[in-house]
Amino acid sequence: MRHHALDMGEVQGQGYVGQALGAADMFAAVYADQLRFRAEDPDWEGRDRFLLSTGHYAIGHYAALAEAGIVPVSELATYGSDDSRLPMSGMSTYTPGMEISGGSLGHGLTIAVGTALGLRHRGSAARVFNFLSDGELDEGSTWEAAMGAHHHRLGHLTAMVDINALQADGKTDTVLRTEPVADKWAACGWFVQRVDGNDVPALLAAFDAAAAQAAPEGVPSVILCDTRVGKGVPLLEEREKAHFMRIEENEWQICREQLAAGYQGEGK
Amino acid sequence: MRTEPKARLKTSAMIASFADPGQKTAPAPFGHALVKAARENERIAGLTADLGKYTDMHIFAQAYPERFFQMGMAEQLLFGAAAGMAQAGLVPFASTYAVFAARRAYDFLCLDIAEPNLNVNIVGGLPGLATGYGPSHQATEDMAIFRGMPNLTIVDPCDPVDIEQAVPQLAASGGPTYLRLLRGNVPTVLDEYDYTFELGKAKVLRGGNDVVFVSSGLMTMRALAAAKELAAHNVDPAVVHTPTIKPFDAATVLAEVDTDRLVITLENHTVVGGLFETVASAAVRAGISRRILPIGLPDEFLHAGALPTLHERYGLTVERIKQTVLAEL
Repeated sequence: MRHHALDMGEVQGQGYVGQALGAADMFAAVYADQLRFRAEDPDWEGRDRFLLSTGHYAIGHYAALAEAGIVPVSELATYGSDDSRLPMSGMSTYTPGMEISGGSLGHGLTIAVGTALGLRHRGSAARVFNFLSDGELDEGSTWEAAMGAHHHRLGHLTAMVDINALQADGKTDTVLRTEPVADKWAACGWFVQRVDGNDVPALLAAFDAAAAQAAPEGVPSVILCDTRVGKGVPLLEEREKAHFMRIEENEWQICREQLAAGYQGEGK
Repeated sequence: MRTEPKARLKTSAMIASFADPGQKTAPAPFGHALVKAARENERIAGLTADLGKYTDMHIFAQAYPERFFQMGMAEQLLFGAAAGMAQAGLVPFASTYAVFAARRAYDFLCLDIAEPNLNVNIVGGLPGLATGYGPSHQATEDMAIFRGMPNLTIVDPCDPVDIEQAVPQLAASGGPTYLRLLRGNVPTVLDEYDYTFELGKAKVLRGGNDVVFVSSGLMTMRALAAAKELAAHNVDPAVVHTPTIKPFDAATVLAEVDTDRLVITLENHTVVGGLFETVASAAVRAGISRRILPIGLPDEFLHAGALPTLHERYGLTVERIKQTVLAEL
């Protein structure tokens, strides 16, 4: 998935590669381990819903949709191009498997609340996952939804928050201090876990714990995932963190090599 | 020493009736219409943001408690959640005051509902000048705000006849709609005419030789009353009712506009961006060069006060309409 993200980023010469790399483990964990879906029928009624609130993370989501078999890998090369089904900011009207149009931040969790209410009302056993970023915790609507999810006892709703401590104007703690994040969710009545979002076993364990207490009339779950922007590519991990990362033409191949060296090294 | 009895002051109220004394009314027509529609369509759901009692949604909540969802005083959640419900296969009607729908929740309506073209039905109470509470509650520019939103159907009903017939049609229409809600005891007037509500259609309620009133919402009630009373002045106005503001039935309206009669639009809304400009732009596009006179709210923040006082002050009463017409002829 990280290779997909680099390939897509290179097409545009820039983009949200840092976020895609940082959140790749979150996407991988939820798609490979949690979501029930039918790749050949993305609109299957019984599917679990994965709502990407953070529209600019679409690059990471497309990588997951490709690995899930919902979008052809060959199509990733069209990312962000004219007439592509894969716009820079994710939209439900463009892409199979994309449940909502994110991008205007703080919307995803409100929609997720309605999706969870509607599915439960219709007797569906599907679960609802909402991916949001720590920047979206600035938005009041996220907290309207957090209270609403608890009030309506949406135990089949799981929020996963990418805490990369970075937003458009800089580090989160200099833009608008959101910590203590865990306490805020707990105060809203959620079952809160906080993990290293780049530690796949830890993510899987957190998802298991969330799933274990997921019930149609239970407490909603949030998994707070501390991630590292550019994870897996040391060149980008060490670069000054930027919301919209500039990568020079000659650097893409270096990134790929560093990425491959990382996981090949792990295998030794 | 005797003190003079105090004159009874006219006071403002959140929910003020605009019914004239003795006028025939129907209670909570929207709530009852939604219950009736829900009987035939099990996918209909009702939501509100802590204004169920004030938007007649409580009637639905009592009839179908399991299909009613209280979202709290959280309008962004209200409409985001309505979008999610529509995606899950329900047909939500989500109510709040028009000011909060149009001003607080616009981004959610636009991106979560209108862009994916979901069947979410927005119900906005206190449209235009329907309360004496001042600008915080007077949605004088709701249509202006919403007309720019692609995919959104806008309905400005006149009375319970319109509301009862509109609700099932709104539920049946595939995309998002906005209903300017008249709530409480709503005067019934359209039952006296050979009229049925058809989504997207304007209707000529009465013909007339001298003046053409093009109206929507509660101003159709006022236009009809003014037309009757103007007979005493030997003035004979036609009344064209256009409850659907968008998409606009230009063909029906322009056929009436394109004559040598005085054309007056009447709307419970600012003269900016509402019915007047809808009619005017349709006329210009069709190459019809006619003067069109707007009766509507001024382009300003309105006063607080008693509703009858304010309707008189801002020119929405039957008497003021008559004065305007007679001054023009």
